[in-house]
Amino acid sequence: MAATKTRTSSFTRNVLSVSSSQIPGVKCGPNGTFFVSSGISDLDKILGGGIPLGSLVMVMEDAEAPHHMLLLRNFMSQGLVQNQHLLYASSSKDPRGFLGTLPSPSSSKDGKLRNHDPEQDKGLRIAWQYKKYFGENQQSFDGHRDSKQEFCNDFDLRKPLERHFFSGQCVDCVSVKDSPNLAALRDRCTQFLAQFRRKDGSISSVGRIAIQSLCAPQCEYSNTEWDVLSFIGYLKSMLWSANAVAVVTFPPSLLSETFCKRLQHMADILLSVKAIPDDDKELAKLLTGYQDMVGFLNVYKVARINTQVPLILEATTFSIKLQKRRFLVLECLNQAPIDGSSGASYGTSGSCSGSSKTGTLDF
Amino acid sequence: MVAMENRSLNLLDEALSLEQRMEPWPLRGKLLLIEDCVETSGSFVLHHLVKRILSPNSSNIVIFLAFSRPFSHYDRILRKLGCNLVAQRDNSRFFFLDMLMLQCPDGNEEKTSEGGFADLYGKIQKIINALPENHRNHVTIMIDDVSLMEVAAYGSSDHVLDFLHYCHTLTSDVGCSLVILNHEDIYSSMERPVFIMQMEYLADILIKTQPLATGLAADVHGQLTVLNTGICSGNGNLKNKISNLQFMVKENSVEYFYPGSRS
Repeated sequence: MAATKTRTSSFTRNVLSVSSSQIPGVKCGPNGTFFVSSGISDLDKILGGGIPLGSLVMVMEDAEAPHHMLLLRNFMSQGLVQNQHLLYASSSKDPRGFLGTLPSPSSSKDGKLRNHDPEQDKGLRIAWQYKKYFGENQQSFDGHRDSKQEFCNDFDLRKPLERHFFSGQCVDCVSVKDSPNLAALRDRCTQFLAQFRRKDGSISSVGRIAIQSLCAPQCEYSNTEWDVLSFIGYLKSMLWSANAVAVVTFPPSLLSETFCKRLQHMADILLSVKAIPDDDKELAKLLTGYQDMVGFLNVYKVARINTQVPLILEATTFSIKLQKRRFLVLECLNQAPIDGSSGASYGTSGSCSGSSKTGTLDF
Repeated sequence: MVAMENRSLNLLDEALSLEQRMEPWPLRGKLLLIEDCVETSGSFVLHHLVKRILSPNSSNIVIFLAFSRPFSHYDRILRKLGCNLVAQRDNSRFFFLDMLMLQCPDGNEEKTSEGGFADLYGKIQKIINALPENHRNHVTIMIDDVSLMEVAAYGSSDHVLDFLHYCHTLTSDVGCSLVILNHEDIYSSMERPVFIMQMEYLADILIKTQPLATGLAADVHGQLTVLNTGICSGNGNLKNKISNLQFMVKENSVEYFYPGSRS
């Protein structure tokens, strides 16, 4: 039959998998995808391994706190440390200045401190007898533990990235402050992504695009919704055929609901960050480790490239913590085992059982 | 063979009245609208239909307008479902129109976006006209997804509606069927969402995917409402049929079950 002519079996091994391991920071994922790291190892785990090449990550900002910058910084640093090219666009006058605030990878000794012993995790799990809650995705997390060190670094937020990482040719900065529309940014993205066209065969280099606060009110184009949407649509279709990923943050509170939903639909990975009020006594009582938290991260959508199966996470709300004021970690919310019958508590209470994702149960 | 055919049918097929024999194709001349939301993607329904339509013992043809994903994505998914799109494309049973890059260079000039869609319609017509006479009513046009068509048209949804109306005339003229995916939650905050209301009005079958009201679940991925309007019952009366299903999406199939029937 003709059906067998082109490919003999659906179970052919992807030839690319061998060649990809040579490129630093790229790792094989399921369904013929390749992952790059988000710069936060916990986020990589949550996303099932990392950010698949060719996908668009959208982060919904909190209007009151710059937590999205934490994600952006780590994402950008991770790329630069691995010699990946970077295009950074923001609405500030001097986007290059932002590069000075990027975190530096910590020396391996510091990094070790926050790596949990996998054996210890195992012991905890059995003790809790909640094994059934650790589905298939838990296994995939463990699989790449050993290779994690080079795939994703631990970044020390208090140590600035060394200059030589971003003074070279591989960083491109765009300010969209004074441009009346997104045409200039679109051209830059086209130019940038042209270097990473996906060809059959191996991946030679990987590009990252970081766009901060698209549709920020200080930009002139901010009220031309369709312009923005068509830009995102264009960026997405460009990414499909490129070995690159893009992270775009936008302030949903400034946008109309319809527009915001459209953007959410276009995202492959959809996250949101929220600050937590300084002194919320009730919340402090409800959650353990409240004093270290700086905010919450919500995961709404995980990239589903080449597959139709949705990834159901054990929890969708994670706390953003700064460990030792240096390292960014994400943890499931550990709810104190009292009532918690309020409407929003589903995600929280559900996550209690899945809390071994990052391993620490502080009781 | 008949027994095998029956076994491969699932509750969704039943809800769509696909349990009847393949000839004539039960969806012929119908417009099927799939509505989903950010939390629960409805694209698996699309994949399922592609597989059903291209099943080996029929001569149906699919024209696929892809605005959201490239061919490789669908190819990989359908291969896991047991349908080789590359082979079907070579057999001229699957026509893939890659519309990812369709954009009007200048949004203010209405003519350009009109032109883009007119060209697209022309392409569809050309494909249909090239088919042998007795195959023309076996064609299904699929659009994934319409909200991105609006983006391509810079928000002039009238042009998109015009295009859909043109395609809709094909259902009555030639007997094509039309399968459209759209996102319901985009329009839910609008006061009078003309666009989606018009589509719902035109639709013969409406499929909605929603997340479970009770939240996350690993073994139930969401619920599905199928509204099948205008079924001819035996005595010539028209009636509606509503089915509520829950589903769990897997790589090689989708499991459907009635709410509460899963232990």
